[in-house]
Amino acid sequence: MTPLKFDPYNLVITGVGGQGNVTASRLVGNMLSLLGYRITIGETFGASQRGGSVKSDVRISSATTFSPQIPKGNAHMIVAMEPAEAVRVLGDWGNPEVKVICNMRPIHSVNVICGDSEYPTPEQHQQWITDLSRQAWFVNSTEEAVKLGSPIFSNIILIGALAGTGDLPLERDLFQTVIAQRLPADKVEKNLVAFDIGRAMTAA
Amino acid sequence: MTVLLTGKKGEQHLLMGNEAIVRGALEAGVNLAAGYPGTPSSEIIENLGLVAKDRNLYVEWAVNEKVAAEVAAAGSFAGLRTLATMKMNGVHVASDFLLHLALSGVRGGMVLVACDDPNAHSSQHEGDMRYFAPMLEIPLLEPGDFQDAKDLLKWAYELSEQLRSVIFFRSTTRLSHASGQVVLDELPANDRRAEFRFDGFILDDMTGIVMSLPINFKHPQLQQKIKQAADLFEECPFNTYTGPPNPEILVISSSASSLYSIEAIHLLGLEGKVGLLKLATTWPLPRKLIQTHLAQARQVLVVEEVLPFLEENIKALAYELAGDIGAKPIFGKRDGALPTYGELNPDLVAGALSKITGAPLPQRPDSYQQRISEMIFFGAPARDITFCPGCPHRASLWSIENVLQMDRRKGFVCGDVGCYTMALHPMNFGSLKTAHSMGSGTGLASGFGKLGRFGMDQPVLSVCGDSTFFHAALPALVNAVHNQSNMTMVVLDNSGTAMTGFQPHPSIEKNAMGEIAEAIDIAKVCAAIGAEVALCDPFDVERTQEALFQLIEKKGPKVLILKQMCALSPEKKGFRKYEVRVDPKACLGEDCGCNRLCTRIYRCPGLVWDKPNKVARIDEIVCAGCGVCASICPAGAIHKVLSENDKGREAA
Repeated sequence: MTPLKFDPYNLVITGVGGQGNVTASRLVGNMLSLLGYRITIGETFGASQRGGSVKSDVRISSATTFSPQIPKGNAHMIVAMEPAEAVRVLGDWGNPEVKVICNMRPIHSVNVICGDSEYPTPEQHQQWITDLSRQAWFVNSTEEAVKLGSPIFSNIILIGALAGTGDLPLERDLFQTVIAQRLPADKVEKNLVAFDIGRAMTAA
Repeated sequence: MTVLLTGKKGEQHLLMGNEAIVRGALEAGVNLAAGYPGTPSSEIIENLGLVAKDRNLYVEWAVNEKVAAEVAAAGSFAGLRTLATMKMNGVHVASDFLLHLALSGVRGGMVLVACDDPNAHSSQHEGDMRYFAPMLEIPLLEPGDFQDAKDLLKWAYELSEQLRSVIFFRSTTRLSHASGQVVLDELPANDRRAEFRFDGFILDDMTGIVMSLPINFKHPQLQQKIKQAADLFEECPFNTYTGPPNPEILVISSSASSLYSIEAIHLLGLEGKVGLLKLATTWPLPRKLIQTHLAQARQVLVVEEVLPFLEENIKALAYELAGDIGAKPIFGKRDGALPTYGELNPDLVAGALSKITGAPLPQRPDSYQQRISEMIFFGAPARDITFCPGCPHRASLWSIENVLQMDRRKGFVCGDVGCYTMALHPMNFGSLKTAHSMGSGTGLASGFGKLGRFGMDQPVLSVCGDSTFFHAALPALVNAVHNQSNMTMVVLDNSGTAMTGFQPHPSIEKNAMGEIAEAIDIAKVCAAIGAEVALCDPFDVERTQEALFQLIEKKGPKVLILKQMCALSPEKKGFRKYEVRVDPKACLGEDCGCNRLCTRIYRCPGLVWDKPNKVARIDEIVCAGCGVCASICPAGAIHKVLSENDKGREAA
């Protein structure tokens, strides 16, 4: 087991209900679990998913089981499937050392749609997120996923992007093993393509 | 094939708390399981249903929690090991039976897994189920982590058969829906035979009659069982202590709160001063164990969700023990160290420990904190929960709201539990004016509908879902018909228990094990009871509004069934019936006079407001292609055409 940069390493995966948060956190958890790390994933689902913000807390440790909720101000990496959600999570879990991978495709909330709230411009979002993090990657995973045939690949692209940062030992063959356990053989290849697209987005 | 079935002894797997519970039940050799869906408990029966054939189980989604407990108890009376599952609301529904069951006792091991939802993430209250344990006099167990969730459940079956008592097993959202590693044990042979014996001495536990009477025999017998449970709990291997031998502060905790406590002690670096007693047996308390730990500590902090249940019981015990161990300060919820509502987290526990010990809380740099507060307001606009794109409830509530507005007699809707409860919120039409428990909307409507003699002339409506209809709305409808109440019940039939993940219910043609089941027709049931019944597709907005308008004009009990499958159902998800687009030339925007009906009033997330161009636009990633918005736009600017995949599906 490679020592982690932080122990526990606190990863937040966030987005809007229906974007594939739960699957993404499970995949990352399963990959690292295979390497022998202790994983705790905290999430809520049910009514909270209906068009609302969703957030998975993934705790990775070489030692022990941690709480399913990351203490405030203690995220090491935020993977955001939606830019406003990146800012929302930074609000409570951000710190000067946090890194952020952010998909720039907005999903307007009902509050924005009806005109009660304003949705910021992509430039504003990028500036805020850059300012509140040590390092940030802005990617277009939805757009790339649609090119692959469906927006559902967006979360896999973001897992690839997380792997590309090198912050966690998320090797490609590990991803292949885990995805092959979940999906029929004919669907594995496209997910690997998605993973590779993501990895190229952040690899130095 | 699920690892819950194929996983071998010694293997370690990342499991959701509910999956660990399932594996625990399988390792205990459970034969029968019954439950009613409710977040965060639903995955237990779901997963047991998947392995039913392979493990020779009988698994059932019962019509409600009381019947689920009864079905599970029947198996136990016949000598099987059985499980009943529900969310905390269900314990209230089942409690009448459970009160009798505590007294009658069980035969084969029976465990009731009840999942609380602190902070009401997916509930309408955050009731603390633990108080049922002393009220019903049933032993209470609480797993402290994912491994416990499996192993403690297994232990619960041993306990149940030793005491011949049903055992409460309480989980919470942050365990049931969180995941962690679990080391598996083996699955036993599963060959129990069912036989219900009643030929022995009338009062014999195993061969007599199963009943709660005579009370002057059964009640003391039950209380003897509770004493025996407390003795067994002294040696329970799942009550663990970690920390220094004589801690400055003893944290006593259970369930997910013990994980928050571990984290808080770590955050403040208090490992040398603070010890943690994680209790798995939270009622009745093991007196000697508590005495030993209280005696060694200077002060105590009780960490639990939601109400001060454990704290009150420990304080009562500490008072009795004060002569031996002296008076110890006990902090918790009653003194305000921790809140008495909402869920806990590591920060709240660290805050309480910091206050007691003076250990400083780690803080973010001031400059960062300040920048965050400036940006969060504008950067993260509110995201209220709302009906999904393509949700039939949005269309149904839209029609209901429009009809009530046109009718102008101040009509109103009584709601209950389901996704449609979101219609309480002004963001989601605000049509519901009451919302309580399962079926309560119809019970309230039955009452409101009799207030005409006191001068009330407002149209009275209720809404309920198709699963809720059978669960608890049916007796209310019978009541309304029998008493000729002036009300209209609207059944929002989306073909499954949708909110909790499409579990089948009595009008669905399959059961929890995927077998063919007898489907009961809601319209026929309502007609047979004697209500006037109409049936519409809520996506046909015009017909729905016409039908509803006619019904609310009439006296007596009426039922309108609005049938359209949930947009997230496995049958529908990912398929768009229509390709929908807005013609930007035809959309008149703010100049239309429609007050942006589509985005400002109807508010489907698939329709966004294109601010720079001042027109509505379809978000093609989000839109589910139901096509309802096309029938709403007064300018005819929204166009729908049958989509390619739908044509393909029809051809297939």
